[in-house]
Amino acid sequence: MLTVAWLVPALPLAGFLLLVVFGRRLGEAAAGWLATAACTGAFVVAVGCLLDLASRPQDQRSDVTTLFTWIPVGSLNVELGFLVDPLSMTMMLFVTGIGALIHLYSIGYMHGDPKFSKFFLYLNLFVFSMLMLVMGDNLVVTFLGWEGVGACSYFLISFWQTREAAASAAKKAFVTNRIGDWGFMLAMFLTFQAVGSLNYADLNGAAAGLAGSTATAIAVLLFVGAMGKSAQLPLSVWLPDAMAGPTPVSALIHAATMVTAGVYLLCRVSPLLHEVPNVGTAIAVVGIVTALWAATVAIAQNDIKKVLAYSTVSQLGFMFIAVGSGAYVAAVFHMVTHAFFKALLFLGSGSVIHGVHDEQDMRRMGALRKLMPITYITFMIGFLAIAGIPPFAGFWSKDEILAAAFQKSTPLWVATFVAAGLTAFYMTRQVIMVFFGEARWKHEPAPTLSAAGHDDPEQGHVVTPHESSWLMTLPLVVLAVLATFGGLFNLPFWDGTRRLEHWLDPVLGEAEVPLTLSTSTLIVLALSAVAISLVGIGTGYLVYERRRVRAFEPAVFADGWYLDRSIGRFAGGPGMAAFEGVAWFDSHVVDGAVNGVAGGVRWSAERLRRTQTGFVRNYALGIAVGAVLLLVWFATRGGF
Amino acid sequence: MAGSTFPILSALIVTPGVGAVVVALLPKQRPQLVKPVALLVTLATAALTVYLLVDFKTGAAGFQDVTKHSWIGSLGISWHLGVDGISLFLVVLTGILFPIALLAADPPHDAKSYTAWILLLEAGVLGSFLSLDLFLFFVFFEIVLVPMYFLIGGWGYDNRVYASLKFFLFTMAGSAVMLVGIFTTVALHANETGTVTFDVVEIATSQSISQNAARWLFLAFALAFAVKVPLIPLHTWLPDAHTQAPTAGSVLLAGVLLKLGSYGFLRFGLYLFPEASHYFAPLFLTLGTIGIIYGAICACMQRDLKRLVAYSSVAHMGFIVLGTFAFTMQSVTGGVLQMVNHGVSTGALFILVGFISERRHTREISALKGLQAVAPIFAAVFIVVAFSSIGLPGLNGFVGEFLVLIGSFLTARWWTVVAAGGVILAALYLLWAVQRVFMGEPDEANRSFKELTLREGLVMAPLLALIVFCGVYPKPLIDRIEPSVKELVTHVEKYAGFELPVTPTPGAKG
Repeated sequence: MLTVAWLVPALPLAGFLLLVVFGRRLGEAAAGWLATAACTGAFVVAVGCLLDLASRPQDQRSDVTTLFTWIPVGSLNVELGFLVDPLSMTMMLFVTGIGALIHLYSIGYMHGDPKFSKFFLYLNLFVFSMLMLVMGDNLVVTFLGWEGVGACSYFLISFWQTREAAASAAKKAFVTNRIGDWGFMLAMFLTFQAVGSLNYADLNGAAAGLAGSTATAIAVLLFVGAMGKSAQLPLSVWLPDAMAGPTPVSALIHAATMVTAGVYLLCRVSPLLHEVPNVGTAIAVVGIVTALWAATVAIAQNDIKKVLAYSTVSQLGFMFIAVGSGAYVAAVFHMVTHAFFKALLFLGSGSVIHGVHDEQDMRRMGALRKLMPITYITFMIGFLAIAGIPPFAGFWSKDEILAAAFQKSTPLWVATFVAAGLTAFYMTRQVIMVFFGEARWKHEPAPTLSAAGHDDPEQGHVVTPHESSWLMTLPLVVLAVLATFGGLFNLPFWDGTRRLEHWLDPVLGEAEVPLTLSTSTLIVLALSAVAISLVGIGTGYLVYERRRVRAFEPAVFADGWYLDRSIGRFAGGPGMAAFEGVAWFDSHVVDGAVNGVAGGVRWSAERLRRTQTGFVRNYALGIAVGAVLLLVWFATRGGF
Repeated sequence: MAGSTFPILSALIVTPGVGAVVVALLPKQRPQLVKPVALLVTLATAALTVYLLVDFKTGAAGFQDVTKHSWIGSLGISWHLGVDGISLFLVVLTGILFPIALLAADPPHDAKSYTAWILLLEAGVLGSFLSLDLFLFFVFFEIVLVPMYFLIGGWGYDNRVYASLKFFLFTMAGSAVMLVGIFTTVALHANETGTVTFDVVEIATSQSISQNAARWLFLAFALAFAVKVPLIPLHTWLPDAHTQAPTAGSVLLAGVLLKLGSYGFLRFGLYLFPEASHYFAPLFLTLGTIGIIYGAICACMQRDLKRLVAYSSVAHMGFIVLGTFAFTMQSVTGGVLQMVNHGVSTGALFILVGFISERRHTREISALKGLQAVAPIFAAVFIVVAFSSIGLPGLNGFVGEFLVLIGSFLTARWWTVVAAGGVILAALYLLWAVQRVFMGEPDEANRSFKELTLREGLVMAPLLALIVFCGVYPKPLIDRIEPSVKELVTHVEKYAGFELPVTPTPGAKG
């Protein structure tokens, strides 16, 4: 089965190409089903590959397929090769699996959109690019996917391109990512110079023998790339704005898959990171600062999707804490469970937005639990998972990260612990504002209703929240099941339950820092993790449901610690002025000099013309003087 | 010699040259004949270039299809043509771009002389790429000037007289110095060896000129090429020429004329004066890198869409110069590829800007808005081309840029670190332009913007196909370019006392 692993990316690519040609003719439902089928097919093939891979002995679970030679010049040989091993297999499964669910959901969500088929064309292209990213056996193929998902992200954020905010957010996302890509590219150049190849196998194999400064530089530069794609401070500013795209896009690209690419990349080069522990510390610090920053910001957001966006940034921070602590398995584990519950939460929020007719402000929601029962129940499962309540998936993966952080350093653990509490708090706030309390949508009809009113002929209020169709609720249910039982992949009880750890061992085992904490310490850590979650939930309940405590939502949180605003001010102010300055320099100084020379020539020509007297004797005199000067010159130089 | 059967290279130059004469002699009262005849000529030339490509011996480094006939025997000047991996794809690119440029836009008046000038331009460009004789090269290099001057001055926009004169004076100044350089080179070579010859191969392989003199001569040549490329600070003719030129003029200017400069650096810089090239490399690496960043910043701030594309050319050509003077296999091969890619992508961008300007009679970015809503296919084509210019992997721009950078990193690390920042700026200026022109809600003036027509689509189709093909499978190009680049780089290594960087063999644990 592994011999046809190329089919996994090929199917979504075929779907994309078909939709480019026939998309418009296929019309609404068919285009969506075609794309969904392509992605589902990829998932099925991926499952086949999984079975094949799992049936092999552990040390043979790595398969490289080379399709063709892509860029061969001199000693550089870049091949379009796929690497299927437990790590990429894990990514392939959840990219195609969750991708297929979100395709299905989108058929319902994008219903009636004039650019319906175009949406699915981009979704298929995205899944293809994401698969190239995870399956590439060298940095360049990964970079191909890396840029591809960035471009798809650009297309999908600006999907409703007539909205200025969407257009602007798309450009911001791509350009910010490019700053990270600069690091990624330099990392490739340095790798080629130091290793002579861009293959992961060669890089990881040579990692131990690299000079310390070289290894450090490569690791740091790759992390710069990861910071862009995975929205870590200070390159995090693009992700909240990216919510301007349709909600399925936020779920698929900006929560479950693309934004985890940075974490994946670092796991891929874990043997390199293993050699440079200082870089690991730096990664963990960036991770925890980002996690705390985003969690505080999420507390004060009123847009249902913005809360989830900052939450994603924060959760990605958790993954980087794990990577920085050498707990790669925990990072991948959290990546997977996060993909389940965050996709679930985003799709749930999409269902809510749909149900209340394109309203995203949580202050105009409330008490939706009775009207949207399936959305409510599934959303609550996602909530419990992200808040870290056992036995839901998020608890297990977050617990492992906390343990790894504790082992790395106590302050790191304390900060991660606080971030976990904040997570439970802001999610409680969201759940209460959306599903509990009073129905605030009754009092304030949303402004965008006029077009949507026909959906619900029921009399009374213009807004009548309703449950979404099965196309949308089915994926919610499936994801809810995964978010509930996802922890089963890697339960910490005894050796046999650590399935993911064993599965990933051939790839990550070498670099993984083993947990040496005693069982009692681990139990205390787990209990305290549950406790902080309960504290977060309880506080949220007191503040937002019982209203015993006044809400604490300072402007500094709501405004994201003024980071985005400051960058915007800088770019729009001094940055723009500097660019204007260069352009002015070009048109006035450089070109001014050119025109000045031209003017000077004209001026002197006017005067020189007077020497053209027409008297032969004057010319003769000139020639004579010139000849003498030439002779003198030759004489002094003594021949050329 | 292999070319003895059919003198294909001579035919490549003669066909458009004769075509120009034929078009010029067509009866005035039959203007409808002009376009078919010109198309026939350019398509025939294109077919010849494709034949040349198919016939080209992959893996061979030296010149192929060489033709040599004595012209002015006493001075050692001959009609000496040859093609190698470095010039091959520039010739093919020329062959493909000319019919496209003819189809892309019709001149507003006097189609006959317009078309004749374009055909003469093609003959001149092909002659420049194929000449292996210094004198012959100079003749073609100068021939190119004249039609371009008349195209800008005769069929350009409002400020065309200023722009065409500026173009002419800049390039003339460069050529004048080069002419002195050519004669001195020949004289000094004759002094040392006793043979008077303008033969490039002979002069390059004998390397008889003293080090000091060679450095001065290199500078004389380099000035002409630096103007053509153009390198900062000799670039200010370019935005004016591009903005004022008719669409076909801009396409050909960016697509092939600028390459005369970057090609010149390879053929008459590195090849003729390897030691001097190496000696002055830091200067050119610096100018190239400044060009990348400076051109991109200027592009960001342009208010005219065509001027924006023109400044993006300055940035892209900077990459080629960087790659050329880094002297590695990857960087020089990448530079040659980038010449082709830039011709395709920037040519396509100029064509699209031409379509916009035909429809809206303006190229002011602020006057355009929301075009994607009314012309989605047009917008899609523009965005694909823009991404190719940004260097998105999978499209052509990436391969060249990546090779230039990864190769330059080996010998010119810090220049490359700065130059790689250019990829951020490229995304900024192009996507910002896309946002302002194509996104948002179209206003009154833009609501009637016409969708891409079939004819326009057919013009764009070959370019789009090349953009995708060269991005996905550049190997056929690389296989043909690489041997010649290897020979050139080894030539520099041999005479410049410089050692090619060696990368470790992968798998051998350090």
